[in-house]
Amino acid sequence: MSAKAADYRLIDSTLRDGSHAISHQFYAEDVIRIVEGLDNAGVKVIEIAHGDGLGGSSFNYGFSAVPEKELIAKACETAQQAQIACLMLPGIGLADDLREVRELGITVARIAVHCTEADITEQHIKVAKELGMEAIGFLMLAHMNSPEGLVEQALLLQSYGADTVYIADSAGAMTVEDVRRRVNALVGALEVPLGVHAHNNLSMAVANSIAAYEEGAKNLDGTSAGLGAGAGNCPTEILAAVSTKCGIETGVDPLALMDVAEDVVRPIMPRQQVIDRAGLLLGYAGVYGSFLLHAERAAERYGVPQSEILLELGRRKVVGGQEDMIIDVALELARKHADQEITG
Amino acid sequence: MTLRCAIVGSGNIGTDLMIKMLRSDKLQLTALVGIDPDSDGLARAKALGVDAPHQGPDWVIDHANDFDMVFDATSAYVHVRYHKKYEEAGMTAVDLTPAARGPKVIAAVNLTEHLDAPNINMVTCGGQATTPMAYAIRRAVDRLPYCEMVSTVASKSAGPGTRQNIDEFTKTTSTALREIGGADTSKAIIILNPADPPIIMRNTVFGALPEGTDHDAVLESIYDMEKSVSSYVPGYRLKNQLVVEEGPYNTPGGLVPHRVVVLLEVEGAGDYLPTFAGNLDIMTAAAMRVGEAIADHREGDAA
Repeated sequence: MSAKAADYRLIDSTLRDGSHAISHQFYAEDVIRIVEGLDNAGVKVIEIAHGDGLGGSSFNYGFSAVPEKELIAKACETAQQAQIACLMLPGIGLADDLREVRELGITVARIAVHCTEADITEQHIKVAKELGMEAIGFLMLAHMNSPEGLVEQALLLQSYGADTVYIADSAGAMTVEDVRRRVNALVGALEVPLGVHAHNNLSMAVANSIAAYEEGAKNLDGTSAGLGAGAGNCPTEILAAVSTKCGIETGVDPLALMDVAEDVVRPIMPRQQVIDRAGLLLGYAGVYGSFLLHAERAAERYGVPQSEILLELGRRKVVGGQEDMIIDVALELARKHADQEITG
Repeated sequence: MTLRCAIVGSGNIGTDLMIKMLRSDKLQLTALVGIDPDSDGLARAKALGVDAPHQGPDWVIDHANDFDMVFDATSAYVHVRYHKKYEEAGMTAVDLTPAARGPKVIAAVNLTEHLDAPNINMVTCGGQATTPMAYAIRRAVDRLPYCEMVSTVASKSAGPGTRQNIDEFTKTTSTALREIGGADTSKAIIILNPADPPIIMRNTVFGALPEGTDHDAVLESIYDMEKSVSSYVPGYRLKNQLVVEEGPYNTPGGLVPHRVVVLLEVEGAGDYLPTFAGNLDIMTAAAMRVGEAIADHREGDAA
């Protein structure tokens, strides 16, 4: 491979996607230590927000321990060389949120949307551009759309002014071949650079990211120690190590990233990111990774198996943001189980 | 009294409203006004014998003497540009966009409060579905510190107006949860789901219940409200039993020990789009209620 450092951009989302895994309980000292570590390791872009994006703090997704804008301000103050990014989902966050965080020092705005609904991002991408930010259009649950369908959606994002387009394997449901076909189609059709955001539910996150890079996706996402929704994200330190071994100039220091993962992030993790049954089921059934902990709590509360909840959500083709349906499904399953006990 | 009405906007909402209005003996529909002569809505109008000009809102202004009321089903952006013109031309405007220029009306809560207003805002489909439940919770408690709604609609039922105005949807809905629902703080979320076959509109209301709340009174009030709304939107129903979940929850309105979860489904009447599009139905049914209430009110004045 003859890639140059300028080609490769790693975006770390520990402080955004990682927020799911700790139920949105980041504190200022966590933010400062993680940003310092990533910044020192040479990471160029660090994303921070509630896991469900700006304005995500809610009954439906979980309330943040500390208002996200306070944490964003801390991240912006702390970073020396890295750009600080945010993510927002139209329908959950507002264009006004982008205006506020621009004031705090955010320079990259990722506008995230389900992979078939790109046309709801127009006003937000335009606002991000007007504010002088880099705008990244971010298509979630990309396994649920075909390569051709994704191209159509990505072209819309590009037409609204997106500087970069991402596809996110939000359910960690893609195989290497799934990624290659999608990236290949997108790189051929887009003028703007492409990125891939991988999850590890099928243990494919690093392999998929490397495959994406080989097909021409020059932006890759990771989180430190894989902290994130579902069985976790593509671990930044592993991605950096593997990329380096593949001969890719990454511009980041894998050893420094290993230190951040080990010394800063692992100690605050309530549990390590492993691919247990529930995590694997997310990838297998193609279910939005952020549902994992919500489903665990609903399973406990209503006495139904978490795996049944996740499989039913998959059957219903629920998309990102529909966390309320976890309660709905749990109640229905509880009723079904009760009926069976009576009739059985 | 029969009021002469025009509907502006020949998209999903306008066309659905047309079909309902043709059944009314109080609202007489004489024109469905669009901007695309080839739109399905205008074709339907012609087939039903309704005048179907394609010159947009300006056509209504030019023919203002022919109308007592105009129902605006365009977009918040368009309504903001035209609401003053409708008023100056002497027409009462019922605004089905989230522009929120006039007082907000939620049919099940404050139907009769603004019958003389020159412009009435129908909030949003999600607002019509969930504000009644915020109000139902509020009337059973001393204080509703925080209320949140999540609305999920089938992608096929969300037209370009909704898609380009998604912030207006959430802001207007959230405001209605406070101003009409009675919550101290609020949040609104909308999700589009592209599943095929399309999903029926779902709405979830979460209410923050402070210490000392009589949970049974809250639940009873919610069940009563379900009956009130389903009297004019037959497909409006609680999809699951009501549950009170234990927190604590650190809401924007303060720490509360419990929340009530109201899981609603709104099945449409299938007037224009199929029954999955309950979002159209609840909006147009509410607008019809307002229009007919205005007709009754004017008849009362005239008598």
